[in-house]
Amino acid sequence: MSGGAEHAAHGSVKEYVVGLILSIGLTVIPFGLVMSGALSHPLTYGIIALCAVGQLLVQVIFFLHMNGSAEQIWNTVSGAFVVLIVFVIMLGSIWVMNHLNHNMLLGH
Amino acid sequence: MASKHTVITDPDPIFGKLTFDSVPFYDPIILTTFLVTVMIGVAVVGSVLYYGKLKYIWDEWITSVDHKKIGIMYIIAALIMLIRGFSDALLMRSHQAIALADKEGTGYLPPEHYDQIFTAHGVIMIFFVAMPLIVGLMNIVVPLQIGARDVAFPFLNSLGFWLFAVGAMLVNTSLFLGEFAATGWLAYPPLSGIEYSPWVGVDYWLWALQISGIGTLISGINFFVTIMRMRTKGMTLMKMPVFTWTALCANVLIILVFPILTVTITLLTLDRYIDTNFFTNELGGNQMMYVNLIWAWGHPEVYILILPAFGVFSEVVATFSRKRLFGYTSLVWATACIMFLSCIVWLHHFFTMGAGASVNAFFGIATMVISVPTGVKLFNWLFTMYKGKVRFDSPMWWTASFFFVFTIGGVTGVMLAIPAADFVFHNSLFLVAHFHNVIIGGSLFGYFAGITYWFPKATGFKLDERLGKWACGLWTVGFFFAFMPLYALGFMGMTRRLNYYDNPVWNAMLLLAAAGAIIILMGIMVQFYQIFASIRDRDKNRDLTGDPWDGRTLEWSISSPPPFYNFAKLPVVNDRDQFYDEKQNGTAYQQPEKYKKIHMPKNTWAGVVIGCISFVFGFAMIWHIWWMAIASFLGMAVSYIIYTFTKESEHYYVPVEEVEALESAHYQRLKEHKNQVDTLAV
Repeated sequence: MSGGAEHAAHGSVKEYVVGLILSIGLTVIPFGLVMSGALSHPLTYGIIALCAVGQLLVQVIFFLHMNGSAEQIWNTVSGAFVVLIVFVIMLGSIWVMNHLNHNMLLGH
Repeated sequence: MASKHTVITDPDPIFGKLTFDSVPFYDPIILTTFLVTVMIGVAVVGSVLYYGKLKYIWDEWITSVDHKKIGIMYIIAALIMLIRGFSDALLMRSHQAIALADKEGTGYLPPEHYDQIFTAHGVIMIFFVAMPLIVGLMNIVVPLQIGARDVAFPFLNSLGFWLFAVGAMLVNTSLFLGEFAATGWLAYPPLSGIEYSPWVGVDYWLWALQISGIGTLISGINFFVTIMRMRTKGMTLMKMPVFTWTALCANVLIILVFPILTVTITLLTLDRYIDTNFFTNELGGNQMMYVNLIWAWGHPEVYILILPAFGVFSEVVATFSRKRLFGYTSLVWATACIMFLSCIVWLHHFFTMGAGASVNAFFGIATMVISVPTGVKLFNWLFTMYKGKVRFDSPMWWTASFFFVFTIGGVTGVMLAIPAADFVFHNSLFLVAHFHNVIIGGSLFGYFAGITYWFPKATGFKLDERLGKWACGLWTVGFFFAFMPLYALGFMGMTRRLNYYDNPVWNAMLLLAAAGAIIILMGIMVQFYQIFASIRDRDKNRDLTGDPWDGRTLEWSISSPPPFYNFAKLPVVNDRDQFYDEKQNGTAYQQPEKYKKIHMPKNTWAGVVIGCISFVFGFAMIWHIWWMAIASFLGMAVSYIIYTFTKESEHYYVPVEEVEALESAHYQRLKEHKNQVDTLAV
């Protein structure tokens, strides 16, 4: 092994604790909303989606330590590519499923 | 359907769903296979013990983290699974050849058995033959091509292999204990749901794919990091050999889409195990979402299968045409384009599900666009051959055969990409013929070319050339006989997966296809004999120089088989065809004045132990034996934790003397060989 992986940043305890608390919070909020049914449906959906995106960012920033410093261009490039593909697959699926539901499940 | 079995709804706390009834004693075919397998198993284990090779196998292979050995193990496992998958193919072809009747029960395979066979055939050929052949070739070749001493994460490499092996073992276990899925290779719900598949078949499918899929994901990450971070000095991305490029793109696809597979089958698992309703007909479930997700993984998957094969052809064509590859840059970009495009075409697998004109048009056009970069590649190879001094050694035979066979498959693919036409072809034998056309003629021929090409590098001796050409010829001819009739049958309206049919017109074509399968069988037998004969006559075909084909890339600059540390001195790269360049300049084969000690990873027990426990875990989950599932899960976790404590000592230094001795022996061989050649020339 010529190595290289050892130099990756590992972050501080504080960073991990903050990340842990945030990720728990972002899990509890949507769960609580669904269980209590306090808010209207569209609002609940919206908040769940926002929490999901927030969760993703928390994981990437606090646990995978991807930050603006961009020590390696490859992290950023592959991150961008992953986001692109996730959007292709997510938006694509939503588009496809909308059409399918519209055409195939009319009576539903 | 497991109609012969009572459905167990309350599993026993000790044995789960496992009863004496689970062993298919009633089926003579399975029973015979079982007995033969047991006898072979006993013979293998017995001879290992008899010759006292257990320690050797444990030390040198099972616990090895050497990428070359792991690669060889992948390929051996793939060839064993090829026997199983191809037996399934023969069963289906012979059954359909005689299953002309107007009611079920003709032929010799009852429907519930026949359904399991076509499912197992697909699953085995894709996951346990094609995938390990690729990962095996990547393991053997990629680190050598980029001038690295090992992969980025040697332990994960070993773990990935054992997880894959466990998946294969689970599929094989299903043959003798319980049943396999009878749902088709992608197990669409609601058929694969608990309501319609109540016994363990689909669970075998789920856990075999889940475990081996995680293994594949692990090796995907491993090779991505290896290629990104461990290239030798001077090897910029645009100086990488094309096989490494295609491996890189395939690994990017693995990283992107295997999580989709993991999630999709997890959701189906939840549906089956804890009564969720993601893909059922009730409570807002939607089985169309399953089809959508599984193909969002499934289409990129077929490009994972073929991209490395394209890489093999690129290496083979350049080497055997004795010319620099034509249009390297366009080939790399074509690969990258295919990588991206393959992620936006998945809907073409279900045009007929009813998404409507706008959606179908988009995905149809995207699919047709993919044929452009693929066509670019074909012309790259043809122009490489043009005015080259082409030698037709057996890897080149596979390549030439590929040109013809794959082009036909590509053309029928474009036909299938037309949504309006697809309404005729969908689910017909035309489709079956098409994907065998591209997977056999494209991917598999590529792996065979690659195995023949790199065999001397991995083992130190060449495969028998004459038998290799026979195998290629038989495969090619057999392919046309086996699958061209299926194209015709598709036009004649025959759908896939039929257990019996009442149209006498189809029978002649199916007999022809069965004959084709037998020709392919002869091809496979020649290949196995080829391996046997080449090992037997290895002294005749020794590769003493490490460069049997007048190769162009770094892997040919070291001895065959390479020393376990690959490169005593890491090479510096100035050119795409670095080694060829060195040979032209006369700078090749220069022994360095002195060596340095080499930092290498140690073997580890952890990969195989965690792998074996994951087998127990998978088995327990399949049979609902909860205590065993919990215990084995803890076992995996504890094994990993113990492993992390021994991590400190996971590397060691190879002393300079050992390196010097090995290298000097190689240079001595080179000198003797050169003298011999010179004497002959005089």
